[in-house]
Amino acid sequence: MGIKWDKILITGDPLILGSQIAILLTIVGAVVLVTYLKKWQWLWREWLTTVDHKRIGIMYILVGVIMFFRGGIDGLLMKAQTATANEHLLDAQHYNEVFTTHGVIMILFMAMPFLIGLMNVIVPLQIGARDVAFPQLNAVSFWLTFAGAMLFNISFVIGGSPDAGWTAYFPLAGKEFTPGIGNNFYAVAIQIAGIGTLMTGINFIVTVLKMRAPGMTLMRMPMFTWTSFIASVIIWASFPIFTVALALMTFDRIFGTHFFTVGGDGNPMMWANLFWLWGHPEVYIVVLPAFGMFSEVISTFSRKMLYGYKSMVFSVVGIAFLSMLVWVHHFFTMGAGPAVNSVFSITTMMIAIPTGVKMFNWLFTMRKGRIQFTTAMMWALAFIPCFMIGGTTGVMLAMGAADYQYHNSLFLVAHFHYVLIPGVVFAVFAGLYYWWPKMFGHMLNEKLGKLHFWFFVIGFNLTFLPMFFLGLNGAIRRSYTYSAETGFGPLMLVSSIGAGILAIGFGFLVYNIYWSARYADRNITSDPWDARTLEWATASPVQFYNFAKVPEVKSLDAFWYMKKQNKGLELNENELEEIHMPNNSGLPFVMAIVFGIAGFFLIFEWKIAALVALVGIFACLIFRSFDYKDGFHVPIDEIKKIEKAWRKVDKEVKNHVS
Amino acid sequence: MSANVNAALPLEYQSEQSRMNIFGFWIFLGAEIILFATLFATYAVMSHRYAGGPTQHDLFEINGVMIETILLLTSSFTCGLAIYEMHRNQKKGLLTWMVITLLLGAGFVGMEVTEFVHYVHEGATMQTSAFLSGFFVLLGTHGLHVSVGIGWAIMIMIQIAKKGLTPITARKAFIIGLYWHFLDVVWIFIFTFVYLKGMVS
Amino acid sequence: MDHHSNGFPITQVFGFVLSLVLTFVALFVAIKTSLSFNVIIWTIGTLAVIQAGLQLFMFMHLRDGQDSKAQTINVIYGVFIAVLTVAGSIWVMSFGGM
Repeated sequence: MGIKWDKILITGDPLILGSQIAILLTIVGAVVLVTYLKKWQWLWREWLTTVDHKRIGIMYILVGVIMFFRGGIDGLLMKAQTATANEHLLDAQHYNEVFTTHGVIMILFMAMPFLIGLMNVIVPLQIGARDVAFPQLNAVSFWLTFAGAMLFNISFVIGGSPDAGWTAYFPLAGKEFTPGIGNNFYAVAIQIAGIGTLMTGINFIVTVLKMRAPGMTLMRMPMFTWTSFIASVIIWASFPIFTVALALMTFDRIFGTHFFTVGGDGNPMMWANLFWLWGHPEVYIVVLPAFGMFSEVISTFSRKMLYGYKSMVFSVVGIAFLSMLVWVHHFFTMGAGPAVNSVFSITTMMIAIPTGVKMFNWLFTMRKGRIQFTTAMMWALAFIPCFMIGGTTGVMLAMGAADYQYHNSLFLVAHFHYVLIPGVVFAVFAGLYYWWPKMFGHMLNEKLGKLHFWFFVIGFNLTFLPMFFLGLNGAIRRSYTYSAETGFGPLMLVSSIGAGILAIGFGFLVYNIYWSARYADRNITSDPWDARTLEWATASPVQFYNFAKVPEVKSLDAFWYMKKQNKGLELNENELEEIHMPNNSGLPFVMAIVFGIAGFFLIFEWKIAALVALVGIFACLIFRSFDYKDGFHVPIDEIKKIEKAWRKVDKEVKNHVS
Repeated sequence: MSANVNAALPLEYQSEQSRMNIFGFWIFLGAEIILFATLFATYAVMSHRYAGGPTQHDLFEINGVMIETILLLTSSFTCGLAIYEMHRNQKKGLLTWMVITLLLGAGFVGMEVTEFVHYVHEGATMQTSAFLSGFFVLLGTHGLHVSVGIGWAIMIMIQIAKKGLTPITARKAFIIGLYWHFLDVVWIFIFTFVYLKGMVS
Repeated sequence: MDHHSNGFPITQVFGFVLSLVLTFVALFVAIKTSLSFNVIIWTIGTLAVIQAGLQLFMFMHLRDGQDSKAQTINVIYGVFIAVLTVAGSIWVMSFGGM
């Protein structure tokens, strides 16, 4: 095992010491603040035990914001280290840890929570439902994600960070070449979060198939719901593969098996195979809901119905189908041979086709529309050219033979940042600006939003565009330094400056959230953008039961046509019935804590202790099995009161774009 | 979430939430198909990587495998009989056949544990080679699923004994039934592609 | 669901007996015949798939219930991904690796 007890707590590095102190102060500060405000009961009742999809979604988004900060710091550290040749800010070991945690956090603990969070808030509303199919399971999903994220994040404080890249290739990630427990954090923390995500996938498949309002056929669903549904199917298909891969990694590292080791006739390439069987569909899990968000934003702010709805649906299904057929393109150079490489080159290039269809549909939606340059729309507009760069460089990489030149160079790094950031991060920002009033009852400030936008987009392009050229000139990824003779210096410096500008942009977002929470006008309508889909047919923020009366859907863009024909939005109080809502539950929160404890023990290879904690997990499941509480009914008087309050406000200003 | 009760349907399908639970469980089983497929893929890739250690021919004994197979298959059959009794509203019949099912299942697990202990004594552990790592993790995952299923079924049976046959308890019984049948379906492929295949070549 | 109107669980018994038969036929083909390895594997593989399908319909009642269409699509797509994962992994790993 070789655990050095005197080295458990990471010491001796000023940066790490600073962060340890910062984390401690933040935790203590949070505890003190909540105690001072006497809000523990409120916290428990309203947030820790909630099964409300809207609250769960907001908590996911909060995790995403915090993790964006941590992952961003990692990125800035990398850029600071590589700004000049032969820099010594971070040594090689630290640099390895930083790029590993940067990758894992940005994809699994920033992008996924943001997207799943927005899915959680919006999808049930868009289909006219009152919650998801399995609300308590939904809470379990969130708290498991949270437990996994927390477990992963303490690695650099205690035990040591994983350092074999976010892809954790064997044999490097195995015990023989990376002793110590850092990579155990990778295997176990991600596994816990992954279980939560798989449950979310199943939850949303059932929700979308079984809980749509009457009249909402599949071909009348909003695009964001369609893409969220398809992403849930991809989660269902790919996460079980990752679960097994991580379990096998755990076995190799902690129990001495020989799946991916060099000894014992193991096969390290099998790790890469299984990882990417999951890893490629994963990027479509993040990008498809993002595309859905762009569809909503573009059609709303072009004042036009989405162009080519049917082809959009077929494209999304096509992309999802193909996404399971391309995974080897991530390891063309690993020696699978020309036949394998050729087949996967072709399937990879094929994915560009449905993606292109979507691009044209977005452009045609804007054509002859009346475009409103809100912050949300600007993110969508910037997405189009930036994602094109990412996508076309992807087709370059897709040619297996050519990829031997590009593979693992900065060209590759630039490509995936040009698809992930415009494709996912811009979309998340657009979604936040768009749906913020629906979530919180006030809007994000548009001026600050524009500052956020410009700094972020300019900073992003300055950071990553040079990396294409650096890559073509021979600069490789995951390299902590370079010599001056390479000539990489000037472009590396430009890139690092760009990262600083990017960070300022993120700072504007955080400031906007704070400023708007304090100063923004609360007296806004429930439909400030004059939007098209059903989530806007509710109060802002949304009533806890979503809809007093389940809407009847007669067309695509249901809400738009209800407004146009002035039918379906009025509330006849005689039609009101008691609404059945699920109980809150502390069990999801407790279960995640037990999972976290079990995970911690397993990471530190205290197998007996982990087994005991495992019993705790089973105890939670047994407790759940014997729980026959069946929710409560909201009395009609309470519904009347809540509906009166927000519907009166609505009679005044209809269109409210500040 | 209205109850949306349809009394014409079998007990386990009567409420809308129950229908969603059952449907959701089928989706979960689909994910489990993919999970086991990954374990099979790993076993397939590793199945000839012996590191100079024992091979399938050295270890597998057909008699034990056949007994395990008959035990599990019969338990899937008796589980079907249990649900059949449930559809005839026979709580006692349901519980009786479930007990038989779980006894057969426990017999399966017992035999499998004995089989593994025997291999370890022969010097074939999961740390010996990639083949054995793949074997033990695939079979072990299946065996663990069966063991968890036994515990889960006992919990359900306690609830049925206490609360009788209601739409909720019927749904729970139906779902554990699906789970149990699924594990036998997985075993068909273990029997075929691990044991039979290993004893041919 | 017609098997309820009978007093006898005919579907279950039929499924059980057929499964037993298929199991023993596979055993016989694998152990007692001297066909080529490939022929044996394809035969017992096919028998396995038949038995699995049998059990899906006769034990698990895949085609019952309001959601039978979605349930069936779910199983078919799951099997598709399963075959892809197994066959794809074997193919990709058969040339390269160590």
